[in-house]
Amino acid sequence: MSDTADKVKKIVVEHLGVEEAKVTSEASFIDDLGADSLDTVELVMAFEEAFGVEIPDDAAEKITTVKDAIDYIEAQKAA
Amino acid sequence: MFGSLTTPRRVVVTGMGIASPLGVGVAHVWQRMLASESGIGPISLFDAKDLPAKIAGEVPSGSKTEGKLDFNEWIPVKDQKKMDRFIQLALVAASEAVEDSGWVPETEEDRYVTGVMIGSGIGGLPEIYNGSQLVGQGKAKRLSPFFIPASLINLASGHVSIKYGFKGPNHAVVTACATGVHALGDAARLIALGDADVMVAGGTEAAVCEIGIAGFCASRALSTAFNDSPDQGSRPWDEGRDGFVMGEGAGVMVLEEYEHAKKRGAKIYAEVIGYGMSGDAYHITAPAEGHDGAYRAMKAAFKNSGVTPADVQYVNAHGTSTPMGDDLELEAVEKMFGDSAKGLAMSSTKSAIGHLLGAAGAVEGIFSILAIRDGVAPPTLNLEKPSRESVIDRVAKVPQERKIDVALSNSFGFGGTNASILFRKAP
Repeated sequence: MSDTADKVKKIVVEHLGVEEAKVTSEASFIDDLGADSLDTVELVMAFEEAFGVEIPDDAAEKITTVKDAIDYIEAQKAA
Repeated sequence: MFGSLTTPRRVVVTGMGIASPLGVGVAHVWQRMLASESGIGPISLFDAKDLPAKIAGEVPSGSKTEGKLDFNEWIPVKDQKKMDRFIQLALVAASEAVEDSGWVPETEEDRYVTGVMIGSGIGGLPEIYNGSQLVGQGKAKRLSPFFIPASLINLASGHVSIKYGFKGPNHAVVTACATGVHALGDAARLIALGDADVMVAGGTEAAVCEIGIAGFCASRALSTAFNDSPDQGSRPWDEGRDGFVMGEGAGVMVLEEYEHAKKRGAKIYAEVIGYGMSGDAYHITAPAEGHDGAYRAMKAAFKNSGVTPADVQYVNAHGTSTPMGDDLELEAVEKMFGDSAKGLAMSSTKSAIGHLLGAAGAVEGIFSILAIRDGVAPPTLNLEKPSRESVIDRVAKVPQERKIDVALSNSFGFGGTNASILFRKAP
C-alpha cells in the first residue's frame, strides 16, 4: 500500500472514529463509514491540510470513497 | 399548580444531573457542598496572566468514578469536535438526569411527549473565539464545517434530543444569568399546558475562556482581589466582596407531569409549584433601586402557587458576590417575606461554585430540591462579616439542619430580567 493510502486511511479512522479494518479502499464515507455531509467536508479539509493540496468543491463532491480520495491526491501530487 | 390555564396539570421533578466546579454527579457535588468545600481555583483552561481576574470555578478533570469529568466517558471522541464545551457539559448533566429519572420512551408516542429545553447565557464562546482567530488570520477556508452547529445555544437541546430520541418540544432559553430558572419554569409551563408530559430542562455554560473572562473583567463584574486565595473570592453579602467569580457547568432536571410520573412509579424529588418573571426596564447591567424586579418576580412566583412566604423555609439566593446586587436582593427578599423573614434560611451556593451564568439557576434549583429532601440548608462560604445586617439567616460557612417543605430560588440576568421558582416537598 502506498504512503498516501496509509495516510488517508489513518485520517479517516481518526475523523470518523471507525475501526481500521472497515476502512477498505472501496468503503464509502457515507454509506459504509457512517459519515454525514458535514463529516465529509471536514475530511476533505483534513486531506488538504495533511497533503498540502487544494481540493476544490466540485472535485470534493466526487470524492465519496476512500479510493476516490487516494486517487485524487496521488494525481495532484504527480501533477 | 399554575394559574390562568384552562387545564393546569401538576409538574414534578423525577431526575437531576449536575456538572459543576464541585464535580460531576448530584450525590458527589452535594456531599462536597455540605462539607463546605469550594470548587474555585486558579484558571487552568487558558493562560490568564494578562487578565485582572485569574480565578474561576472549572469542572475538575478526572474519571467519573472520582466524581470528575472526562468527556471521553460520556461522548464519542469523534462527536466532541461537533460541539463546544457548553454542549458537552449539557450532555453530561442531561445523561445523569435522564438515567436518574428512569424514563425510557418505548413508543413513538412516548417520544413525542418528551421534550428538551436546555438554555445557555452565552453559548459557544470558546468556539467562536477560536473560529474568529482563524478567520482573522485569513484562514476562513480552514473553519470547521461544525463551527456553527458547535456554537449555537439550542444545539445543547438538539444533541440531547438526538441522543435519546426525544421528539417533543425542542427549545432553548437565553436570558443571561436568569436562563436556568427560565428554562425550568418555561418547561414546567409546557407540561402544565399539555405540550409535553416530560421535559428535560436546565442550563449550561462554559465561558471560562479568554474573551469570556476578559469581557466580564471589562465590565468590572469579576472579583480580582482574591487571585492568591481563590476559595475566598466568592463571598456573597460579605463586606470584603469585590465581584463575582465565574463558574462553568450544567444543571439538568427531568420535569414530569404528576400522573405520568405516578403511573410509572417514578421516584419524585419535588413539585414545581410556582414560577414568576419580571423585567426591570431600568439598566442593562445594574438592578433597580430596592431590586424591585426581584421583588416582583418572587411575588409572581407566589401568585397561584397555593403557598405564601410563611410556608417557605429556604431561599437559594441569586447572591453573586457583587458589591451592589447582594444587598439589593436581600432587601427585596426582606420586603417579600415581611414578618416571615425572621429566621428564614437564605444562602448563596455561588460561594462554593462561583457564578455559572446560564447554568446557575438550574444547578441552584437542584440544590434547593436537595435542601428540601435532606432537610438541610447549604452554606454561604466566606460570609465573615455581612455588609448589611438582616433578620434573615444567611447560613454562614456551615450548613444548617432545618425542616424544609418549600424552597424558593432566584436568578437575575443582565438586561434586567428576573425569575423565581418555588419547589415543594414531593406530594
